[in-house]
Formats: sequence, C-alpha cells, structure tokens
Amino acid sequence: MLKNYFKIAIAVLKRRKFFTFISLFGISFTLTILMVLTAFIDKVVNDNYPDRKRDRSLYINSMELRGPNAMNGGALSFYFLDHYARSLKIPVKVGISSGPNSTNTYINNKKIAINYKYTNADYWEITDYDFVEGKAFSRQQIANGDHVAIITEDTRNQYFGDETSVVGKYIEADNVQYRVNGVVKNVPITLYMLYSDIYLPYTASKSDQNANKGYSGGYTGILLADSKSDLPRMRKEYEEMVSRLPIPGKEWNRIYSHADSFITGYVRTGNEESSGMVYAITAISLFALLVMLLPTLNLVNINITRIMERSSEIGVRKAFGASSRALVYQFLVENLILTILGGLIGILLSWIVLQILNSAHLIPNLTLSLNPTVLFIALLICLVFGLLSGVYPAWRMSRLHVVNALKA
Amino acid sequence: MIQLKDIQKVYRTDSIETLALSSISLDIAKGEFLSVMGPSGCGKSTLLNIMGLLDEPTGGKITIDEQTTEHLSDRQLAQFRNKKLGFIFQSYHLINDLKVLDNVELPLLYRNASAKERRQLAAAALEKVGLSNRVKHFPTQLSGGQKQRVAIARAIVGQPEIILADEPTGNLDSAMGNEIMDILLHLNKTESATIVMVTHDEHMAKKTHRLVRLFDGSQVQ
Repeated sequence: MLKNYFKIAIAVLKRRKFFTFISLFGISFTLTILMVLTAFIDKVVNDNYPDRKRDRSLYINSMELRGPNAMNGGALSFYFLDHYARSLKIPVKVGISSGPNSTNTYINNKKIAINYKYTNADYWEITDYDFVEGKAFSRQQIANGDHVAIITEDTRNQYFGDETSVVGKYIEADNVQYRVNGVVKNVPITLYMLYSDIYLPYTASKSDQNANKGYSGGYTGILLADSKSDLPRMRKEYEEMVSRLPIPGKEWNRIYSHADSFITGYVRTGNEESSGMVYAITAISLFALLVMLLPTLNLVNINITRIMERSSEIGVRKAFGASSRALVYQFLVENLILTILGGLIGILLSWIVLQILNSAHLIPNLTLSLNPTVLFIALLICLVFGLLSGVYPAWRMSRLHVVNALKA
Repeated sequence: MIQLKDIQKVYRTDSIETLALSSISLDIAKGEFLSVMGPSGCGKSTLLNIMGLLDEPTGGKITIDEQTTEHLSDRQLAQFRNKKLGFIFQSYHLINDLKVLDNVELPLLYRNASAKERRQLAAAALEKVGLSNRVKHFPTQLSGGQKQRVAIARAIVGQPEIILADEPTGNLDSAMGNEIMDILLHLNKTESATIVMVTHDEHMAKKTHRLVRLFDGSQVQ
C-alpha cells in the first residue's frame, strides 16, 4: 500500500511542477533557517571547548541588588569572587575571569582590534584550552604580576604573521608589552564567558583588582566541584552564602546571585528572580513557530487546491472501500513524502549556507556544522511540518461526499 | 439480493426542495441483470448511488444481501462496499497517474491483501476483460473502450456480488459499447454477478433480464 501511495505522491508532484516547486521551496527554506538556528544552538550548548569539566562546574555570572526604588545588576567584582566565593567549602577550585575588554594594537602600521581578559590561576586549571604552543600562566607568574599573555591562534596569525613559534616574543595590548606564554586554539565568541583574543593575569592589570571591595565589577566565576554529585550542594552553599551577605547600602534590601549550570547561566537575562531558561525556550519556540507558520499555511492552501483537483480519485477510492481514515492516512503519507523531499533539499541548502557562514567569519571563531543531533532535529521538524500542513487538507478531503467528488 | 423499500431522496437548499426519488420500491434477485432507463434528470443515477451506498436516502430502507444499511457507520459502509459492490462509471474514473494494473488493484488495497495477492487477482481480472497486454500502460495511453474494460476489471477484481454500472457505454461508440455490453453479459452469465445498469440505450437494455423505467423520480415500469 505504501508503494502505491509513493507512486501516487511522485505522480502528483510531477503533475503541477510549479506548485511542487513552491511547496518544496517553502519547506526547504524554512528547514534551512531552522537547521542553521539548531546548528548554532547545538554549538553553544554542546561544544564544550575549552570547558570540558562543564558537568561538574557552576557559573556565577551576575549579581543584582534590589531596593524599593532601585535596581543594580551586572557582573561581580574580583574581590567578591576571590573573597566570598573562594570561602566556600565544596568547590575545589574557583576560576575568576573578567569580561573581554576591547583595545587596539598596532603592528607594521596595521591596526588590530583585540579583546583581552584577566584571569586567575584556577581559571586555567578548570578550563582545558588546547595549547598549540607554550602553556598557561603559573601561579608564581600571577603572584608576581608578570606581564605574560596567552594568545589565540588567530591573534598570533594577525600579529605575528607566518612566524611558526611565538612563545617568548612580545605582543602589545592596551599600550603594555606582554611576553607570549602560550598560544591556544580559538574560542568562539558565542562562549562569551570564556572568549577572548588575549588572556592576561589579573595581577598585570593597571589597576588593583582587589581595591574594589564592593560586590559589583567586571568579573565572572566558575566553581569546580570534585564530582557531578556535589553540584546541588555547591549551589545551595553558594546561595546560602549570598543570603548572608551584608546589604551594601540603605537603598537596597535584597541581593540576588546564583551559581548556575552552564546553560542556565548562559540564558540568565539579568532578572535574578527567575532563570532565563523559560524566556529562552519561549523565544526559540516562538521563532520556530513563526518561521514555520507561513510556509505551513502556504502548504495547506496548496494541498487543498491539489485535493480539489483529485476529487474524482477521492470519490473512486471511497466508492471502492476507502474509509475516511484510510484517505487521511494516504494523504498524510503523501505529504510526508513531499516534506521529506523538501527536507533533503533543506539539508543540502543548510550545508551550503553553513559553509558560507563559516567562510564569511561573521561570528569570530564560530564554525557551525551539521552533526547527527542537528540532522535528527531536522528530520523531526520535517515530520512535524508534514503533519501540520497535511492534517487539515487530509481532513477536508476525507469529508468530501463521494457523489460530489465523482461529479467534480 | 437488493431490496429497496419506499426509497425517497430529497435535495434541500435554503430555498428549494427537489424531490429526486419518490417512493421507489424494487427487489433485485441474485444473478439478475437489471437495466434502469429514463429521461435525463429522472433520478436514475441517484437511484444507483443509493443502491451503491454512495448516497443516503431521505426515507426508506435498503437491504443488500439480507443486511440493512441505515445504521452502518462511514467505516462500515466503506467495508461493505469494498466486499459486496463493484462500480463502473460512464467517465471511467481511472487514476491517470497509476498504471493499468495499479488501477485494477485499487479495491484490494482496502482489504489488507498482500502485494502478491493483489497483483495476481488484478492480472486475472484483466485477463477476463482481455487486457492482459496492457498492464503497464497508463490510462491516457488507452482507447475509450480499453479504459472501460480496465474499469470493469477494477469493478470485478474483488469478486463482488453486485456490480453497479452507470451508463457504462455512454462515452463509447456502438462497436465499443457492444464489446462492453458483451463483457457484462458474460460476467452475469458465468459468474452470476448481479448487475444493475443505468443506460439511455434501449438496444442495450433489451439484452438484460429486466427493465425498470423512471420518470420524474418515480417508477413507471
């Protein structure tokens, strides 16, 4: 029976080539958008370079002070993380890093815009950057406030050109000369907590990072647990610590800060009362729905037109024993064949688009790819699409009265 | 085999009521070949549709093979038609996107027959109508007479007890029409198929066992 439906489906597609083109274009275009989005989300969520201990880490990205008439939120001070977060008993390490700061550097009269980031020693023991050359700062170098730097491959190529080894050479950032200690593989900018072009010891900063004794500043923290099972306790310990913090001024009455899993920390919107996960999922779902809605409606219309053209066939099938359910099933199968065809074209288009995006370097160091997760989601989207756009026309078709269908 | 008792059919719109059939009562015996004649618009096709359970009467009762049909659901009616009835239409109503063999197999798709069984039965039906050499053709590659023979093969492939033919020779010339009529007569004689045929052709009608005439929705003969 499926073979029969397949033959009919292909024959119907060949009958009105323009309609078929519109349908396939709509499906493949929609799928391409959704797959590029999925590839992006997959990269952000699943690509754990250089953050391979993510499953036993919690991330502290922000703190919010709230009062009856005021609110102040943002990243944390180095002092807060080094003093308060480090006082916790469960974390075995506390990595501290600043947000990326922009600066310009000049080499051979060429201006290069780079981002630099301050880190502590634990940061390099928690993360797993791939060093193509050299190594991370030592604790001693940080304690000494040595002007050493870890740079990315791209920064090396931009600054040093074709030189094969740059460890021990000097690079200028923010008008200061740093000696290159190591070169690491690039980190995509989407991993905003860990991204930078140059990594510097926090002690090399022009200002004393411990001078700011307040809670707010420009740093984020990573708490590393001994094992995954310690995460809930570590989270609780942090929250209890936050609840005991002295309120820093009369205008405030609450302090919010969380030690989150990677994804929760990533999507936290700044409203510390609730996780941003609901917003993120809602936003993505709404986007997917909107992107799918127009082509689905379009396909519904086209399908209804096609069904009306096939009234005679429907009448004959019904006359010879097809129940409404059998006809709905037939039509859904035909529609799924169409959407799977569109899906295959969409996968090809997605691959092409991803190649173009990767080579255009629109997002620094972000290389997107189609992997089994993305392909599986694509297939799922195809099935949903096929069902959504096929159900109503199939239902309409099954309701056609046999006599009227035969007369049409 | 088929009993119609006081069958009435009224078509209603917002402003008009049309009486298509008025108190038709008819008994058709097993193996009988019945013709239905009458002027255009007299209700012949409506009667045939009701007999074939393709349409519901507004009043009256239908019994086919000792089973009443008014309480059957849509699914049950479809199954009943599949098992007991075969249809031949004036316009053939073949599916042009399917080859001849696939067209003939159609009723068997809804019987859960295996693909092999379907092929065998379809091939046998085509042999009965003399079209074994056209199995891989598409309907658009056939003449009118050949198309109607495919339609007959489709109607008989499931070995239904009743065949309902709505002007089966209406779109054919006299020679082809005679060929089709010969096939139907042969089926009636050799397989004891009960056949009800709507026709405008007096000459064809005379070859059948009995003739019923309708006029303005009523039976006059």
